[in-house]
Amino acid sequence: MSLTRRAVVTAAAAALLLAGCSTGGEEAPATGGGSQAAQEKVVIDWWHIQNIEPMLPVWDAMAKEYMAAHPNVTININPLENEAFKAKMTTVAQSGEGPDIYQTWGGGVLQQQADGGIAKDITADIADWQGTFNPAALAAYQLGGKTYGVPYDIGMVGFWYNKDLFKKAGIEQPPATWTEFIDAVNKLKAANITPIALAGKAKWPGHYYWTYLAMRIAGLPALQEAATAKSFENPDFVAAGQKLKELADLKPFQNGFLGAPYDTPDGQAAAMGGGKAAMELMGQWAPTVQKDTAGDLGEALGFFPFPSVEGGKGAATEALGGGGGFAVGADAPKEATDFLKFILSAENARKEIATGSLLPVVKGTEDAVTDPRGKMVVDVLAKATGFQLYLDQAYPPAVGAQVNDSVAELIAGTKSPEEVVKAITETAQAE
Amino acid sequence: MKTTKGPESAVTASPVPRRLIPPTQPRAPKNQGKARKRITIILFLLPGVILFSLLVLAPILLAMYSSVFKWNGFGLLPTNFVGLDNFTRLLDNEIFLGDLRRGALLIVLSLVVQLPLSLAIALLLNQKMRLRAVYRLLFFAPYVLSEVIAAVLFSMLLSPERGLANEVLGFLGLGSSSFLSEPDTVMFSLFVVITWKYFGFYVILYLAGRQSIPKELTEAAQIDGCGPWHVFRYVTLPLLGPTIRITIFLSVIGTIQLFDLVYVLTGGGPVHASETLGVTMYDIGFNRFQVGYASAISVVMFLLSLVFAIGYQRFVLKRDLDGATTTMGGGRR
Repeated sequence: MSLTRRAVVTAAAAALLLAGCSTGGEEAPATGGGSQAAQEKVVIDWWHIQNIEPMLPVWDAMAKEYMAAHPNVTININPLENEAFKAKMTTVAQSGEGPDIYQTWGGGVLQQQADGGIAKDITADIADWQGTFNPAALAAYQLGGKTYGVPYDIGMVGFWYNKDLFKKAGIEQPPATWTEFIDAVNKLKAANITPIALAGKAKWPGHYYWTYLAMRIAGLPALQEAATAKSFENPDFVAAGQKLKELADLKPFQNGFLGAPYDTPDGQAAAMGGGKAAMELMGQWAPTVQKDTAGDLGEALGFFPFPSVEGGKGAATEALGGGGGFAVGADAPKEATDFLKFILSAENARKEIATGSLLPVVKGTEDAVTDPRGKMVVDVLAKATGFQLYLDQAYPPAVGAQVNDSVAELIAGTKSPEEVVKAITETAQAE
Repeated sequence: MKTTKGPESAVTASPVPRRLIPPTQPRAPKNQGKARKRITIILFLLPGVILFSLLVLAPILLAMYSSVFKWNGFGLLPTNFVGLDNFTRLLDNEIFLGDLRRGALLIVLSLVVQLPLSLAIALLLNQKMRLRAVYRLLFFAPYVLSEVIAAVLFSMLLSPERGLANEVLGFLGLGSSSFLSEPDTVMFSLFVVITWKYFGFYVILYLAGRQSIPKELTEAAQIDGCGPWHVFRYVTLPLLGPTIRITIFLSVIGTIQLFDLVYVLTGGGPVHASETLGVTMYDIGFNRFQVGYASAISVVMFLLSLVFAIGYQRFVLKRDLDGATTTMGGGRR
């Protein structure tokens, strides 16, 4: 009697517990099971980082359009801020359950996601339409012969400069060589103009300088070889650091740059957009962010590629850059790639380019670029003879972060060019 | 203990009347009663135990487990066992060692500046004065703000080009300061922000402690000829002892775990000059995807806090806690 009573109590408690657990766990299988059970209901979780105007509404509208044409598909859009996206992605990666479509920059991070079973090999899924992309744009998402993502944007890093301030300092031509560049910095300083805006707090804007100098001095293949050999102990990389130190010693950056963020009202982009600094080394998105944080320089804003370095092995036509792409989650329904095909069709790609915040990756859409700044980048990029993905994306995350970190220390004057090379090598070898 | 006795006896009293139990099992009722009592206790404890295990114990154990692996965080569980490598690597990591130094500096500054300041303000606020409630509210307000909001506010205030602080300094003809953007000044700027954020909390604690001191004692001291300083030194301060010891404890533990305020305010920079253990852990785990290595830092943070907490409780808080908690091994009384 009492035994059964106890059993009943225990059973009831167990049932309660189970019920408690299962309500928590049920949500996840429901979406996956739905797609299996019937064709009717498919849910696609889409995480992108175009969380501000003008791209946010464009993709919202496309998702609605797709859902209207495919009533069985529900697309949950989750627009995230860049850093928030990265943090959230790390968390879901540990649970092994990523979103169905998510932002990627290709390279080392995507490789880790592919190895970890988060990203799906979509080589076969996109075989019939992968020819619509520019091969250079798609290359960042092709790793070891397999495709893990598709591009929606590509661009490059170069110097954005304020033509008015250059004129004021008596600089006729944008500098083409490093000597001319240093000369321009000195002239700007002499005219009491802050030559360069730099976001020291964000770290990644500083790594562009070191990478470009390394590309110009050591040549493009050296960077790839160094990553494979896990050794950056190359006198050319030290020389790149020395050139950067030479620049930093001139104190060309704005007041308090070490603590400056990139895209806040007191950051790098705002200093540039507000006409307080003469140039910044930044990607194709620079004009959009300048406008967003301070102001639009309009006609006064110019663009020139990173200068060549005398005696270096690299050519001035080699570009550092990257873009944005979408990777597909390992458990994503097949509709996910179909949706990507839809938003990256020539017609929709034109709409995206027309906003002025994305540059063409789909063949034959180049003429959709109406924004004059976008055109400047596209023109330089079209003539590029080589392409290097941002090091903090191309390399494994720890190595990329170490490059950013060490270069920041070099610019701040706490590390020597030799120590930078040593630190990066040590991190690469520990990976 | 007293409170749990009520429901317990109610439960044991309610079931099967004694006379229904067959006389062939004379020892059954006692055992059954005991077992039932135990089940009741277990059932009542269960929700708490489950929550504690899932939300506190499991993460700690998981962090300890992953700290002996080289793991980038992908996949369900780590596989590449490296033993204590992550910990030996930490000993060579300048940034980690710097975190310990900076943590020690912040602890010293907190104990020497922040807590005495809070005590002074608390004693002032205990005086009879106009608008006393308003002051109390104002001083407590920063503590109510979230760390992120406070950090964003101060990053605006201390911004080198556009910040109010430099505008004011410039207006007074004192030039400008870089506050958060120079390695030499960032720690002190950070400490000012931390003090601003948390002193209100300590003020409230001290105020509560001060108010629980009976008036008779201070009056008696005054009648015996004590001046204000002697009243403070020989009556107020000793009687505030328990509160002060608790605030020191909270301040040290809080400093070891400092993260959000620093992360938003400076990101640990410039060039790691204001980095804390928490920021380093975040950077290694979330930017570099070295989750095993980052777990090692979290384990170190946990051990530091644990050793300090246990040591402090055992040696410093002992007299405050005596009788308040059950001690292991049956207690001393």
